[in-house]
Amino acid sequence: MSAIIIGLLAVPLAGAAVLLLLTRPARLLRWYGPAVSGVTLVLALVLAGSFDYGRAARAQFEIDHAWIPGLDLRFHLGVDGVSLPLVVLTALLTFLCFLYLVRHRPEGGRSGALAFTLLVLEVGMIGTFLALDLLLFFVFFEIVLIPMYFVIAIWGGKERRGAAVKFILYTLLGSAVLLLGLLLIWAHTGTLDMVRLAGAHGAGIPRAAQILAFLAVGAGLAVKAPMWPLHTWLPAAHTEAPTVGSVLLAGVLLKMGTYGFVRIAIPVLPEGAAVLAPWLGAFAVVGIVYGSLACLAQRDLKRMIAYSSVGHMGFVLLGLATLTPVGMNAALFGNIAHGLITGLLFFVAGAIKERYGTSEMSRLGGGMLARLPYLGSLLTFACVASLGLPGLAGFWGEMLALLGAFHPAPGLSRPLFLVFMVVGGIGTVLTAAYFLLMLSRVTHGRPDEPVPRLGDVSPYELAAWTPLVVLTVALGLWPKALLAVTDPAVRAFLGAP
Amino acid sequence: MTGVAGAVVLLPFLAAVAGLLGTRRLWGGGPPGSIEPAVYRRAAWIAVVPTAISAALAIWLLTYLATTPRRFTSFVEHPAGTGRLPAAVQGTLTVIDTGAIPITAGLRVDDLAALVAVLVTVVALAVQVYSIGYMRHEPRYPSFSAFISLFTSAMLLVVYAGDLLVLYVGWEIMGLCSYLLIGHWWEDRANSRAAVKAFLVTRLGDVGFLFGIFTLGFAAGGFRIDDVIAKVPTMSTGTLVTATMLLLLGVAGKSAQVPLHTWLPDAMAGPTPISALIHAATMVAAGIFVVALLYPAFLGAGPTLDLLAVLASAGMLGAALAALAQDDLKRVLAYSTISQLAYMAGALAAGSDQAAIFHLVTHGAFKALLFLCAGAVIHVVGSNLMSDMGGLRRSMTVTFPAMTIGFAALMGLPPASGFFSKDAVLAAVEHAAAEGAPLTDAAAWLLYGCALLTVAVTGAYAARAWLRTFFGESRVRQVALPEPEPGVAHVWDGREAPASMLWPIGVLAVPALLLGFAGVGLVDWSSAVISLLVALLGAGAVYAAWRADPAADPARLLGPLRVPCEQAFYVDSVYYRVFVVPVLWLARLVARTDDTVVDGAVRGSGGVAIGVSGLLRRLQTGNAQLYLTGVLAGVLIIAVGAVVLG
Repeated sequence: MSAIIIGLLAVPLAGAAVLLLLTRPARLLRWYGPAVSGVTLVLALVLAGSFDYGRAARAQFEIDHAWIPGLDLRFHLGVDGVSLPLVVLTALLTFLCFLYLVRHRPEGGRSGALAFTLLVLEVGMIGTFLALDLLLFFVFFEIVLIPMYFVIAIWGGKERRGAAVKFILYTLLGSAVLLLGLLLIWAHTGTLDMVRLAGAHGAGIPRAAQILAFLAVGAGLAVKAPMWPLHTWLPAAHTEAPTVGSVLLAGVLLKMGTYGFVRIAIPVLPEGAAVLAPWLGAFAVVGIVYGSLACLAQRDLKRMIAYSSVGHMGFVLLGLATLTPVGMNAALFGNIAHGLITGLLFFVAGAIKERYGTSEMSRLGGGMLARLPYLGSLLTFACVASLGLPGLAGFWGEMLALLGAFHPAPGLSRPLFLVFMVVGGIGTVLTAAYFLLMLSRVTHGRPDEPVPRLGDVSPYELAAWTPLVVLTVALGLWPKALLAVTDPAVRAFLGAP
Repeated sequence: MTGVAGAVVLLPFLAAVAGLLGTRRLWGGGPPGSIEPAVYRRAAWIAVVPTAISAALAIWLLTYLATTPRRFTSFVEHPAGTGRLPAAVQGTLTVIDTGAIPITAGLRVDDLAALVAVLVTVVALAVQVYSIGYMRHEPRYPSFSAFISLFTSAMLLVVYAGDLLVLYVGWEIMGLCSYLLIGHWWEDRANSRAAVKAFLVTRLGDVGFLFGIFTLGFAAGGFRIDDVIAKVPTMSTGTLVTATMLLLLGVAGKSAQVPLHTWLPDAMAGPTPISALIHAATMVAAGIFVVALLYPAFLGAGPTLDLLAVLASAGMLGAALAALAQDDLKRVLAYSTISQLAYMAGALAAGSDQAAIFHLVTHGAFKALLFLCAGAVIHVVGSNLMSDMGGLRRSMTVTFPAMTIGFAALMGLPPASGFFSKDAVLAAVEHAAAEGAPLTDAAAWLLYGCALLTVAVTGAYAARAWLRTFFGESRVRQVALPEPEPGVAHVWDGREAPASMLWPIGVLAVPALLLGFAGVGLVDWSSAVISLLVALLGAGAVYAAWRADPAADPARLLGPLRVPCEQAFYVDSVYYRVFVVPVLWLARLVARTDDTVVDGAVRGSGGVAIGVSGLLRRLQTGNAQLYLTGVLAGVLIIAVGAVVLG
């Protein structure tokens, strides 16, 4: 069965390689991307289907081969309850992006090159979630940056160059710090095996080294998450990136940071985590309120959604900072929910920009529900989901994070976390405020002047978006589907009963 | 039995899904804004039939509970303070492990829940039928009726929920439906603003509500309502006070109580059926319902009850005074809703949940009736303002008597239902004042004083609205409106509203008139006589003023208070200055800071790096002599250093 794991990486990689051989992009090429990523998605679904949910805490379908013995680097892959949902989400979002691209190509042409880039990106993203070796994790973590850089720099908007450079320099800097932290762990334990490290719960690493390593690893991951105040690469990158770039950036890339916390920083360095968790929580709630306030003042739709990610990832980080099983579950749930909902939001925002030629709210005017009823309704749905309405996926992540903060892990200051909880709660009101004000500004009212009729939702858009809508509703009504997978793994990480 | 309860909740939900997805074609079909009769009919069937089945099942569930050996105890007995028996009907679908306290996805139905569910489904059914006529020319009728179905389902989930977090899910979805329906005519920016305001104000309260649920859940070790109630005696007073205070925030938001009441009058921007269903009969009653549901916890928290009494006192009198000065008929009814909900809150504070629930049910019936009648009036007149009405009793032969019943119930005139339930509330408050329990003396007497005063003001504003609408000279504009507001007839033709609107009015008039006799055994005649006299006093004063000059507004009785009352004591503008302006200012500040300071640091570090590299570049001159000199100088320094240090 571990062939599936290999397949998840090999299929997109081979697909990308074949693209290099095809000299003349034929008509066939249009369906090439959806086909390759579709096969990957099927593999991911097969993986989910054959996953043993009774043993979700253990890594399954493991592959473990020596790769570079001199460095003690092993090609060690596997999947457990923490990574499985993210692998499926990645495969799904990539497939939906390709589906969307069939009809809606970004400016800049070169669709073959775009398909190649996205497939390489998919290899990196899935690899990050499958890796069970610290260095291998780092390698995949880095692979992701290069294709994303090109996606922004080639197919982006007007100021794409600056955004792309900022993105790559900022995240590379974060990665450098992350690498130092990982090496520090290696220096003290002599192993890079994540499973063994997580099982040891920090045994063998002195307290001071744990704090230092957590600081380094945490800072590296926080850039990616992004945590306030390390977030400023995000609005620029999101605003300039093409639709598929934004979707994958928000839907998957941001999750790699918080996933790293769940997978590496917290289980491997429990003492370091206990010392620095209050700081993490503080930055998280500042991010929630700060992100929401920044959203209130934004004039650009895509930029606003980008800042909303800062707020939402703040909830994820708050959940992590509680160091409780419920907080970690909240983080993982929030990850998936944010991937689905913000993915949808960026799809819709991209579609709006494609039709109106701008995403400036003032130039969009009002009355979208009158001009484009379906697009306006979908935007309303996505916003309502994003503001954390119960019954939709966004709620459970936020609610469980607050629940975790209500009763943080023993050893953490409860009054402090109660303050965090209250601030987070105020953040949910502000979140609702900016989304509803934006909806009021853009979708309500009458269209300004008689304008040329724009085409409403196209079949390809609908095909790409419907799975996101359905999953948002399904996870909202049946949160157990996800919590049952993550909970055993999270408990094992924390050594909780 | 749980299956039946589940069906009651699910049927309207499925109707909502079907109504949203199954009534329009995505590609093809007419231009936007057109409505095909077939689509319209289908939407109407999808809306009405499931709600009707739900109503039937809810009634059946109520009778089932009433006839089972555990007798349905109506409003009598059930002495305050005793713990409640576990619900008669309950079932769990699944338990969701969260990592901390599990969530139980399940339903429970006790007497209280069964009764309120009947109120919800019956009013929802009446409103769905009424909307068929009211929204006849409305292109967005399918989504409108689907949102009503979704709302009905959410409210039923609140009522039947077996777990506090499940209740919270329904609670918030109701808020969303309220938002969507207030903003139904979103072409008008004012409606859009009202919708946003309603959602945000209630959401602010709901955050507190969620934290209250956390507190109770952690103290009880579970979110199941039966477990929580069973564990109340073991909780410390501090925990109970904290939890109930936090819950009270959510209650104040949803039930439009002071200080979170400001959204309700603005919510009247929504279509009138929505005002009747959500903003009068059901959703706003949810807060009262939740307090009654968790009543043992509230009874254990004296300070919370005192606070509730004070808020209720301020709310009932202030809102009644505001209602006396409004010109918009719907806003009169909106303020009256705040005032009547405050009566229920007052009864709860005074320790009588049965009086509160009794008033909740009768108020649900007569206020829904009043709103539907107001809708009929507005529909034919083409204006919300009472200064555009008058003399309608001759033409509106069904609406007039129905609305008369509604106003009589609102004033508390016998034999209408409001007389009995309001008397139950007043008797409970009087009792609390006399006993000194569960309220402190000051709070109890304040509540009693305000309640009596409010009876007089209620009599006054109800009489004023009744007289201004149906009596005197007609002030109706007899001209065709060039561009009629949505939801009103195109031209005043002096006719009564269509039959689909009159039937629900007629049907609701019956319980509004007769429901009170269910509680006839509760009547405390001495307080009933006092309150009746007080109400007649208020009504009489208005009648005298109106007789003196039928064309003038009797609100002039308020004298210098009139403008503050009309502005609802300027609470809105104070909130705007205290909350909205600073938040927006802060938002702009953050956006600027983010650009200049946070991102400025990032850009600055880039600039510094370039600057430093510029300095280093100076050294790379390409001049071999310079490099050689440097190397020699280095060697010299090392040699000297070695000699000196060695």
